[in-house]
Parts: sequence; C-alpha cells; structure tokens
Amino acid sequence: MRITCPHCGARDAQEFSYLGAADLQRPEGMAASEAAMADYVYQRDNPAGLHRELWYHGAGCHAWLVVTRDTRNHAITAVEPAKTRKAGAAA
Amino acid sequence: MSTQPFRLASGGLIDRGQQLDFSFDGTSYRGYAGDTLASALLANGVRLVGRSFKYHRPRGVLTAGPEEPNALVELRSGARREPNTRATVVELFGGLTAASQNRWPSLAFDLLSINGLVSPALVAGFYYKTFMWPASFWEKLYEPLIRRAAGLGRAAGAEDPDHYEKAFAFCDLLVIGGGPAGLAAALAAGRSGARVILCDEDFRLGGRLLAEKREIDGKPASEWLAATLAELESLPEVRIMPRTTVFGLYDHGIFGAVERVADHLPQPPAHQPRQRGWRIHAKRAILASGALERPIVFAGNDRPGVMLAGAVRSYVNRHGVLPGRETVLFTAGDDGWRTARDIAAAGGKVAAIVDSRPADPARKALADKLGARLFASGAVMGARGGRQLSGVTIRDASGAMSELSCDLLAVSNGWNPTLHLTSHQNGKPAWDDGLQCFVPGTVPAGLAVAGSAAGRFTLAQALEDGATLGNEAAVEAGLAARPAEPTPTTDPETNGLSPVWRVSGGKGKAFVDYQNDVTDKDVELAAREGFRPVEHLKRYTTLGMATDQGKTSNLSGLAIMAEQTAKTIPQTGTTTFRPPYTPVAIGALAGHHRGRGFRPIRLAPTHDWSKEQGAVFVEAGPWLRAQYYPKPGETDWLTTVNREVKAVRASVGLCDVSTLGKIDIQGADAAEFLERVYINGWKALPVGKARYGLMLREDGFVMDDGTTSRLGETHFLMTTTTANAGKVMQHLEFCHQVLWPELDVRMVSVSEQWAQVAIAGPKARETLRDVIDPEYDISNEAFPYLAARPVTVGGGIPARLFRISFSGELAYELAVPADYGDAMVRALMQAGAPFGITPYGTEALGVMRIEKGHVAGNELNGQTTARDLGLGRMMSSKKDFVGRLMAGRQALVEQDRPSFVGFKPVDPSQRLRAGAHFIGIGKPGVMENDEGYMTSVAYSPHLNHWMGLGLIRGGANRIGERVRAYDPVRNGDVVVEICSPVFVDPEGARLHG
Amino acid sequence: MRYSIFSLLSQALQGHKGWTPAWRDPAPKPEYDVVIIGGGGHGLATAHYLASRHGISNVAVLEKGYLGSGNVGRNTTIIRSNYLLPGNTPFYELSMKLWEGLEQDLNYNAMVSQRGVLNLYHSDAQRDAFARRGNAMRLAGVDAQLLDTEQVRAMLPYLDFENARFPIQGGLLQRRGGSARHDAVAWGFARAADSRGVDMIQNCEVTGITISGGRAVGVETSRGPIRAKKIAMAVAGNSSRVAAMAGMRLPIETHVLQAFVSEGLKPLIDCVVTYGAGHFYISQSDKGGLVFGGDIDGYNSYAQRGNLPVIEDVMESAMALWPGLGRVRMLRHWGGVMDMSMDGSPIIDTTPVDGLYLNAGWCYGGFKATPASGFCFAHLIATGQPHKVATAYRLDRFATGRVIDEKGAGAQPNLH
Repeated sequence: MRITCPHCGARDAQEFSYLGAADLQRPEGMAASEAAMADYVYQRDNPAGLHRELWYHGAGCHAWLVVTRDTRNHAITAVEPAKTRKAGAAA
Repeated sequence: MSTQPFRLASGGLIDRGQQLDFSFDGTSYRGYAGDTLASALLANGVRLVGRSFKYHRPRGVLTAGPEEPNALVELRSGARREPNTRATVVELFGGLTAASQNRWPSLAFDLLSINGLVSPALVAGFYYKTFMWPASFWEKLYEPLIRRAAGLGRAAGAEDPDHYEKAFAFCDLLVIGGGPAGLAAALAAGRSGARVILCDEDFRLGGRLLAEKREIDGKPASEWLAATLAELESLPEVRIMPRTTVFGLYDHGIFGAVERVADHLPQPPAHQPRQRGWRIHAKRAILASGALERPIVFAGNDRPGVMLAGAVRSYVNRHGVLPGRETVLFTAGDDGWRTARDIAAAGGKVAAIVDSRPADPARKALADKLGARLFASGAVMGARGGRQLSGVTIRDASGAMSELSCDLLAVSNGWNPTLHLTSHQNGKPAWDDGLQCFVPGTVPAGLAVAGSAAGRFTLAQALEDGATLGNEAAVEAGLAARPAEPTPTTDPETNGLSPVWRVSGGKGKAFVDYQNDVTDKDVELAAREGFRPVEHLKRYTTLGMATDQGKTSNLSGLAIMAEQTAKTIPQTGTTTFRPPYTPVAIGALAGHHRGRGFRPIRLAPTHDWSKEQGAVFVEAGPWLRAQYYPKPGETDWLTTVNREVKAVRASVGLCDVSTLGKIDIQGADAAEFLERVYINGWKALPVGKARYGLMLREDGFVMDDGTTSRLGETHFLMTTTTANAGKVMQHLEFCHQVLWPELDVRMVSVSEQWAQVAIAGPKARETLRDVIDPEYDISNEAFPYLAARPVTVGGGIPARLFRISFSGELAYELAVPADYGDAMVRALMQAGAPFGITPYGTEALGVMRIEKGHVAGNELNGQTTARDLGLGRMMSSKKDFVGRLMAGRQALVEQDRPSFVGFKPVDPSQRLRAGAHFIGIGKPGVMENDEGYMTSVAYSPHLNHWMGLGLIRGGANRIGERVRAYDPVRNGDVVVEICSPVFVDPEGARLHG
Repeated sequence: MRYSIFSLLSQALQGHKGWTPAWRDPAPKPEYDVVIIGGGGHGLATAHYLASRHGISNVAVLEKGYLGSGNVGRNTTIIRSNYLLPGNTPFYELSMKLWEGLEQDLNYNAMVSQRGVLNLYHSDAQRDAFARRGNAMRLAGVDAQLLDTEQVRAMLPYLDFENARFPIQGGLLQRRGGSARHDAVAWGFARAADSRGVDMIQNCEVTGITISGGRAVGVETSRGPIRAKKIAMAVAGNSSRVAAMAGMRLPIETHVLQAFVSEGLKPLIDCVVTYGAGHFYISQSDKGGLVFGGDIDGYNSYAQRGNLPVIEDVMESAMALWPGLGRVRMLRHWGGVMDMSMDGSPIIDTTPVDGLYLNAGWCYGGFKATPASGFCFAHLIATGQPHKVATAYRLDRFATGRVIDEKGAGAQPNLH
C-alpha cells in the first residue's frame, strides 16, 4: 500500500504504523465514567467499508494522520493530519 | 556425447556456434546457447523426464513454458540443488546438471509406480476415509509412509551459498510481458517519454513471436521484433528487464517481481546476487502476459510424447527441435493446424490430424497438402506406450476406431488468457462464451490488459491493443498525447475453436491435473460426494494445488464438474488465482536479511571501547550491549559479574546507558502534558531536578517507566526503557496530536544524539570531579540526589549531569553529544583509575537493580498494574491521566492480585530461576494452587546467595512466609521465603553519600 | 455411510460408484431449534456437538459460501495448547484432547498429527518467559519441555546456530502439539453433524437478525427468513458485521493474516517450529509443502489478501531461521480475515440480546480451538451455562478488567 502523507508525499505504507479507528473520543477529565472509558478503549465499529483510521508516520514526519480507507479493497480517499482533523466527518 | 538426433538441421533462435554440455541423471548431453533444458533434452531424444506425484507415472515434457506440470527436475547439486525446477524455463548453460526426482531407485524403474497398480483404491480423498484404526497407528505407521511417498524434489537443506538482494523501482508504466502486445505498448508509451519498465519472464523478448512463423507489415515478424527492440533500447526512459517475472499485484499499484540475475550461469559472478526481488511502484500497468494453451483430457494423455501443439511449435521454430519422428495432431480448432504446417515445413511427418470439428473441405485440402490423414469429428480415445508414446487410438466420425503408431501427439484445445494478475486483488474472471475461455473480469484500477491476456488472440489485436493502451497509459501518467500511428498489418489468421474438455470412454487414466495425478474419475467422485463448489473440488481432489498452480488443469476440472452437475462452466465457478504467478524462491524475497544481517544492529557510542575492554556482548532488542567484561583468568560469567558488582559497591564503576530512550519535550504546556501521560505529578518539579515517572496504557496496565528531568521551566527530558523507546515516542505523539492538540508542547527523540554513561559507587563523585569542568560545583550540597543540570566537560563540551541511581549507590548519569561518547568513557576511566574504576555490563546492572528491588522489563511485562508493582501510591488522585479510569476497574484493584515482593532461598546454596511459579508448601502442583511467579533472579555477591523478585498473591502481607518456587520444566522446586524486594541498603543511605 | 478400509476397498472394486454425498444439500426449513450462522470450523463443530452431545439436531448451519470457506480452510493447520494464562490453558487442553479422539468421533481422518510444536527462544528473558509459560502448562496438566540449544540442534540441525543475528538459545516444546488437515476438519464435522440430521445450508447469507421484544427470533437470509429459538454466531472475521445486525458493537477489529505454502518437497522438517526473534512459524504438510506464516498485516481489513511488507518480513525470518530455504519456492500465499479481539483472546458468551449467542474474537488462533470452541459453544447454547473451561471468555471482561492478555500487549488488536 501507499499512503500520501500531507507533509512528505506518497510513501510506502511500511513507513507508517497503524493504530485503529480515528473518530473515537476519549472521555476527558475527572468526571468521565469508567463505562464510557471502557467503551472508548475497547468497543469498535469495525466497518467493512470506509474507515477513518489513525496512522503514524514514524519513518517520516512523525505526524499522526487520519486516513480514510475502504477496508474491503484498501482504496484510500483522504489523508489529513490528525491535529487538524474534522472529527467524525465520516463516522 | 550424443548427436542431438531430434535437432533440425537448420533454423531456430539458437546459436549453433555455442555448444553447451550438460548432464541429466548422470548422462552427458549437448545443446546450444538459446536452448532451454527441455528443448535440449528433446533434441537429444530424452522423453522420460519425471514421475508423477501419486502414481509415479512416467512423464515427459508437455509444454514449453512456466505452466509445465510434468518435466520437473532437481537442478544443480549440493547446497545449490533446486527441486521442482521446470525444465521448460531453465535456460541451458554449460555444465548444467539436472536429475529426475520423486522416483526410486531410478527414473526408468520406479518402485513406487506400484501405486499405479493399487490406484483403484487411491482415489481423491481416500486418506480421509481410512488410516483411522487403530488410532495410534496414524503417527507411527501410516503418516510416515505417506510423508515419505509424498513430496516431490529434495530441498538442499544446507545453507544457500548464493546471495539475494532487494530492489525498488518507480515508473509511469509497467508492461508485463514482452510479446507483441507488450512490446507495442512499451514502444507507444516510450515514444511519449514515459518512464517505462518492460518485464518478461523469458530470457529472450518476443513472446509467441519467437515460436510462430508470422508476418508483420509484409515481412517476417522477426524483423519487426528486431526493429522494435532496437528502438526500445534507444529510448532512455525505457528499461527492459528480461528474466524477470512479475509475480504479484499488490495494493496501490505495487508489483512484486523477481529478476533471475544469474540463474542462467553455473554460479553467480562475484558480487552479483543469484536473484533480485523487486518492488515496482507503477502509476499504470499493462498486462500483456499472453495466454496458456489447454490440454484435452483423454486416456493416457500423460504419456511422454503427448505435448501441447503450441509447445511443439516453440520447439520446432524457436529451438530447432522436432520432438518426434511421426506426429499425430489432435486439435479442437484452427490453431493446432499451424503446428502441423510448421512440422511439415521443417521436414517432419504428420501422420494424422484428428480434428474434433465436422468435416470441412478447406481443412481436407490442407491435410492432403500436408500428407496427413484427416479424422474430422474425430477424437483420440487413448494414447499408449510406457515410458514413451508409441501410438494412439482414434475414433472417427462414424465411431470406428483406428490404431496409429506415432511418437508425438500434439494436442490443441485453445488457449486461456494469462489473466492471473487481474485476480490477485480478488477480482473474478468472466466467462466469454464466444471465446470459450475466461477473460479478465473486474480489473484493478490502473491496470489494463492487452492482447491474448484479454482474450484478443490474434497478432493484429495484440499489436493494436499494445499501441492503444500504451498511448493511453502515457497520457494518464501525465505525458502529452501523441498522434495515433498506424497499427502494423499482419498476415491473416483464423482462430476457429470448438473445445473438447474430455474424451470419455477410453481405457486407462485420463488426467486433468497431471502433476497431482487428478483424473476425470476423481472429479466425478467429488461431484458424487457433494464436493461440487469449485473450492471443494480443488481441496478435495487437490486439483490445481500442485507447483503449476493448475495452469493447465483448472478449466478442464471445471468443465468436467459442469458436465457432472448439468451446469455451465460459469455456473460451476471460477477459481481465484492467488499470487505468486509462478513460484518464487524464498531467498529472493528475503534479500540480504539473513544471518547476522537479518536485522540492523544498533551499537552504543562506547561500543568500540567496550570491545577493546574484551566485553561480551548480548542482543538486547535491536541493540548489542556489553553484557560483562571478563578479565583474564575469569572462566565463568558469574565470577566476572560478581567482581563488577562488588567493585561498584566498594568503589566505582561505569556502564553505558545510552540505549535508554530520551525524549526532549518543550513548550508552555510541557508540564501539563507530563501530568497527563504520567501517573504522578510534574508541575511542582523544580528546574534542575529529576523525578521517577510511571506511565500507563489507557487500559490501566503499566506501559513504561523512567526518570524525567526538568531542564527549564518549559523544557523536560524524558527517559524511557530501552525496549519501549520507540513505542513511548509514538504514544506521546499520539497523546499530543490526537488527544490534546490544544496543548502547547513539542517533542523529539534525542536517543541517538546523546551518549550517556552511569557512574556508580562511593567514588563516583571523585571520579566525575576530574571530568566535569571545574566551574561546576558537584558537591553533595550543590548537586544533591536527583539534581539534573547542564554542565560542560573537557573544557566546554556541553553535557548533562543527572544524579540518579539504578544501583542504589551514589551515582550519576553523564550525557554528552553522541560523538563525544567514546572520549567521555575514556576520560572517565582515566579519572577513575586511582579508584580502580570498573566497567560493568548489563548483567551487573541487573544484579544491582534486583538487589535494590527496582522493577524492569521482566516486571513491566504489559500484564502488571502500578499496584501490582508496589507503585500504586504514585497514582495521583488529583488529576486525570492516561489509564486512570481503567486502572480502577474491579479486576485491577482486587486484593488477591499477585503483587511485587522479594524472594530468597531458605537453603542459601540453592539457585533461583525466573519463570518458576509459586505453590504452597505441601500442595500439589496444579493450576488451582498457582499463586504467582518469579519475574527476575540474580546472585547477590553482597548477600552471597540468590535472590528473586516476583509477583505473588497477598504480596507484602506475606513477608516471612515460605512457599515453593516450582519449576517443573527445569526440574526445580526450591523453598523460598517471601521478603522485601529491597535486599541491599533498604534505608537508601548509600544513595545520598 | 461408514468410512473404513473395508468400505474403501469394496468401493474400489465397483469403481467408486457407490459413494454417497458427504452431506445432504437441503432447502432451509422455516424454523429450527438452533440456527448457527457460519459454516466454518467452529460453526460446524458446534453443530456436531449440539447433535452428538446434547441431542439437539433440529439445527441449521447457514453458510454464505461453501462449507469451510472461512478461516478453517485458510490457516497454517497448527494445533497446540501451550498457553500461559489460566483463562486459556484448560480450554486449549480440552481442545487438544478432543483432537486426540477426533477421527474416531467423526469417522473421518482429519490427519491429526502430534508431531510437536517447538517455540524457539533467543535471550535469557525470553527463556524465562517461556519457562513461566511451560510451568503454567505443567500446572494445568499440559505437557511442556524446555530445551536448550543442543537439544534443539539435535532435533533441527539445519537451523542457523552459527551466524544468527539472534542466536537460538533453546525452545519450549509441546510434543502433543502438531497439525491437522484443515479442510478435513471442516468436512468431518459437517458430515458427522449431517448424519445426525443437522441441515447444512450453503450459499445462504444472513442479511438480518430479527429481534422481537429484546429476543432474537430469527434471521433474514438470501434464501428467505428462518425462525429459530436460538441463534448462534460463529462468523469470526465478520463478527462485527453480523453483531451489528443485532445492534451490537464488539471489542474486535478485523485484520488479515497471510499464510504461505511452498512447493512440495521430500520430508525436511518434522515438527512445527516458531521463530522467537521474528514473526514466523513453519511446518511441513503430509503432502510435502512447507506451510508457514507470520504476523498480521496490521490494519483493519476485510480483503482476504495481504501485502508485500509482511510477505518479505516472513521470508526474512524464514531465511534467518533456516538459511537452507533460499532456493525453496513459495508456491502460494493467501489471506484470511480474523477477529482480532482487544486482549487477544476469544469470546464465547451470551449477549445482551436474549437467544443470541456469540462465538468470536479468535484472533489467529481459531483453528486449534475448533473442537473445544464447538464443544463449549454447544454447551452454552444447550444449557445456558458456560462450560467450565470457557468461563473466562466473557463479553463483559473488558468492562471489568478481567482481560486475558497472553502477550501483555494491551487494547491494541494488531499487537496481539
């Protein structure tokens, strides 16, 4: 696979590490509940289709990227830096 | 030396001036440059080349290409032996040695051919129905027999003496196949200036043009071929790669290819690999891989001397070999007639032509002209002969049988597009009823299919497709469109075809899959037993699972299954072609990653110095670290390690700790950031101070630990364990960029920028005093425990000094820019010489940390919580941090979780071992009595006995209690006493010295 | 029809004309006591044990493709019970015991071959971790031996002992581990279940789960609706998709694992070997092909294929372990999609939806578990209670923290 890093250009996917779903919202702060956190940590939509997911360009710019990829055929339709992502855009 | 009795007097693309001697099964033969092993064997009249998998039937050459199911040999010898090598694709070289395989004692007399006699029982799947009684006999008797009989060639086993390498390429257009379509495509795109790579598996470009007598633009095709190759070679952006098989299509336009750099030589030349594995990134690709000819299933269709008609043309026209004296042609279409014509033109005799189609005057006239008997609406019912074909039984239109003798039966049943790569991404081929073959169905983005591979079988179509698609690809790759050029004209050709999938009613076995000995009866049996889906058919009968991957058998199998189930072929199914297109040597995909070069080795900045000191090194993940430094006369590692530990505790020692991860963290929110990633507090840490930190994963288990120093108000330096350096860096970037991008913080790994050495022992300060520039006060008052400040060394070289201790001694870590590491350690050795400074390695480091009860990798195993490790009180309750909520889950806070304590043997002479489990004294060794396990052990020269750290239910509440350290895998069962994990200096007095 | 050497010989004399289909090809009935979604190894085993151990045979197995088309036919055929954690070891040991009697139970030769499984270690720390595991196995009544370098060399002299980047220090051997003929496992269970009246319904894709009053009462399929008193999911790889039909999210990601087979070779390697300094395991099938594999590709994937980086990584490990493999050719590679659970261990449990049962999260260890998975799942479906060796496989363990994390990798599926 190839991922077009917004900073570095098209690179072999081997330069990146994969984490998982991008649109999970960490329950922040002291008021967050254990149940909500367990949901965040463990539960996944795991779609067969478009998936917004996090990749880390460890062998490049060290940016975390949100990659929109079809899990059935790996077609990538968008790559954006996680820092400026539009959360939940394709959730 | 034989005289090549089947070599034609002239013709062929061979260099008769270059004779090459080779041997097969110990007999010497001679061929020519330009031969394949198969063509050279055929030229010498060698018909029997191999034995089949199950019945050990005698087999000869069936094809002239990569689809060969029969003519498999062990090529070369010794450590270079290559089993299962298809003789049809081996380029002949002088000195080649080959041997037949899967036979015993010899090819001509193979005892296991007895399997043919008991073959009525050895049908598809017979082994699923028997060998079940008695149960114990399977491993002891049946299976060893099966294993010995199965398999094909013998692998060398010994280390491969040749090298392989990996290479990467990028191009606008990758053309797969150097036949007419591929050449035309490369030419069209190349003329536009596109960066083109043209790969062909053969050693000579031209594809079927090499095997056919054709005309292009009114001249022999060879002239067009020569001109095209010359022009391609003149184009600077075109790279031609013969002997290169594109074996797989992967995601996003990445192709795997193997270049056989030196397989056509006795051994690779110096500094050359045997093969090169390529990863080719192509913006566009054109598959011009041609087509593979199909056999017909009839009784005895595997006799040596039965050959595909197109292959016969290859041997006649390309290699100047007529592989028989007396030929019968069995054809289902026009294509086979070209073989009869070319044999006749070469002076051979065509005894008969059996055409499955009804009578036709034009064909009759042609047969007469060739001097051949014509059997219209005919069929070959059977082929006979043992080790060599001796004759055929022909059924004519009336049903009457004739016996004809012949030594070559050419079989023509149409061609299947070589569309394998189009289905590597799960694309299904589509059935074309007009062409009676599968053609590419859904084709991956960026790939186009040209010529025969697309089912466009004529030469004119191939040339037209190549030119059109080559132009399109260039434009799609961003190059300027060029005006269309006229497509070359060709001599006329017809491809009428009415395929015959099998001829029923013959006597003897009719093979569908030659190599795996799958017959038409096996397919019928599969149908009878309900194994009708195509994947069941394959898996039950092993059809298509041999080294030829079903290239010649899949469609016949489908067709017979379709007939059995009264369905059409497309209703019956298609098969998915999986990569690789042809088998690929494991070495080619591994490249240089073997032996010591398997993975890169990281060396500490002081490595050379350690080597001079005679250090023994140990693999620590990617690092090679000094494990201990034996002195002359020290014969075992424990003696050395004891000396090192004692020296540190008595005076001073030094140890490279550069491998620890170091992360520089800066920004207005740096302290806040640390608050969130560590369980303990950071905002109150003064500038110039270090603190031990522990971080959790979000699931509440411990991730890593280390000391982090505040070098400035907004500047921290974090250290991580060696093992987790990369993981923590990635985690911190995640926390910042994904969780809290609003924080003003930046971080960068500086692990490789700094060399860091621990100086530990009562004389550590005095040693350092000579190395640190005098203007820095490092007295206990000015530089107390946990001080962390920039200093300079050696007269102004920037450095950082940390008063931290893993050993429990008065200790420092001194960091200098990595390039000064070597000088630093030498300076320290010099400064410490009056105190007998002793270098120590990771073993002594480990002993001292266990003596002090510090946790390390064995305890931070991803299954432990902060509480388990006795560090629960570090968890701040005043702030949120990664892992806080999950660490509070029911199962993570239960009182009876095994927790961290020390262990000492009740009998001090007994050795402890990590990995032992704790079992109550007097209790049986069963799972229910498992109370925990020993994580780390060491021999303490301070205590003069072994000590251990571990996790046990009840932990610190059980200090003084005795349990068994139960270690059945090492026959160990030691009574130990639970104790504090701090074995030496529990008050920490030495630390502050 | 019973299989034996006698039936085989007698059929041989009549040209094998008398064999009957291994299983019927029935049309779905409108209602069953139990509908099992998924005709892979686990679903078929569940059907067999429901019928043979619990007398529940009014059962349908619904398979969207052909029987055994899931991971039971795509794996590297290894069976073993060399687990560390108490939640796992007894379960896999039950599986091993069922493997040991499988052929007689099913009257089908699945070629269960206890040739030994050897995990190599390359450092002191790894040795101690393996000792911890070996001891845990022994405590659970499982066979385990810790070998040193010389013992490994005696078994596998051709491995790289001289020039290795990560020298082999020894190995953890489970002699009772080994391999089985994967397709035959599926076929054997299918035939045995069919013989007790279970309906195997192929080409029948479940498109919906009908829930009425909080209870699952039936499924919508490509062959029409089917009612059921109990519905059991055994669709590893696609568990999230099927669970979504019942409104559930699972602690699972779907990942692809590749597997490889070489050309057929005369016997070279007798046991299953795993390399401890890379992701690699290898054995040799009875047919002669070396069967090997490595790590998952590492990103969510429903495509049953993988990519070159992992392929090359596997070949590198192969050469590092055994430099004599250089000229051996890889014949095929393929991918299976697996349920990678968040702690690397499976789930066999009831669900918040009454009447809906879940068997999922097998990661890449599902094949060896096939008999026990079916056995315990059948027990749960039939009795409503978890089987005693499968009590740890709860769906709520992620909320309570009772995770079963053999590797200590945490809630990141691609690290398990």
